[in-house]
Amino acid sequence: MIPESIRQQLNAAHAVGDYRPLLALIPYAGLIGIECEREGDDLLFRLPANPDNIGNPLLPAIHGGVIAGFMELSAALYLLIYSESASIPKIIDFSIDYLRAGHLRDTYAQCQLWRQGRRVTNVAITAWQADRQSPIATARAHFKIEPEKPLKSSGQPPSA
Amino acid sequence: MNESSLQAMAERFLSALKHCQLLQMRVAHADRDGMTLMLPWSASIVGNPQTGAVHGGALTTLMDTTCGMATLCVLPRFEVCPTLDLRIDYMHPAEAGKLIYGHAQCYRVTRDVIFTRGSAYQDDPDQPICQVVGTFMRLGQQIKGGIGFANTLKEGGA
Repeated sequence: MIPESIRQQLNAAHAVGDYRPLLALIPYAGLIGIECEREGDDLLFRLPANPDNIGNPLLPAIHGGVIAGFMELSAALYLLIYSESASIPKIIDFSIDYLRAGHLRDTYAQCQLWRQGRRVTNVAITAWQADRQSPIATARAHFKIEPEKPLKSSGQPPSA
Repeated sequence: MNESSLQAMAERFLSALKHCQLLQMRVAHADRDGMTLMLPWSASIVGNPQTGAVHGGALTTLMDTTCGMATLCVLPRFEVCPTLDLRIDYMHPAEAGKLIYGHAQCYRVTRDVIFTRGSAYQDDPDQPICQVVGTFMRLGQQIKGGIGFANTLKEGGA
């Protein structure tokens, strides 16, 4: 379950569009340096260029694992804010297609919630650098969420 | 290539990857059958502060690197092999405080593409944290930077 204090922090962050206090709670977010901002009704995620994220030293290019981690984390944060899950979304599986090398420059990601079921959600993530129309990677992930009200099939007796 | 020179080549390759150095990844074992790398647990790779579970991104970095380096086990000479795609199925969370192993092997090598699969685990390889399949593109040795990198890997080698 998401503690009430975290839920309040989430709502406060979304209300003012400053997600830094939320990101500060997640060590891996700080390790790669992910940032998040509002873009209209949507969220735009940013991974500033950082030499610590380099994989291929010759190009140089960002490590594919970091690009995947950035996209997975973007999707999880997106769900935390937009889905009504009562718990922190749990990753089930993640699939990424690399389209171009991720050069050492700022990388952006945007998420699309294709389907929100009662227990499972399907999210697509697109990442790009200079040109939004030329993505460097596309990915999709399934996350397990917990409905606000218990499912009828959960076998639990009705609470009232 | 014999086992000790493959292991030495793997160690030189891994030491050139900046982000892997940041995560303190090391080569555990390398032979014809596959590549095994180690990722020490650290507070900085935690994704869920409530449980101390490692973030999927750190596991993906481990497995992308392990699958990519498994190509060293099957190719006669070093080739640049970027990742085409990667799929990770998460079996259960990685426990806080414990070393994580990544193991991968190539199960099909064609002229242009190499198919790999692997898993990450802590104590027991039969209880994986995640299962992975990844496809890698063979760019050959004539690619920009490829020859230079191949020579760096040979340096000091057998």
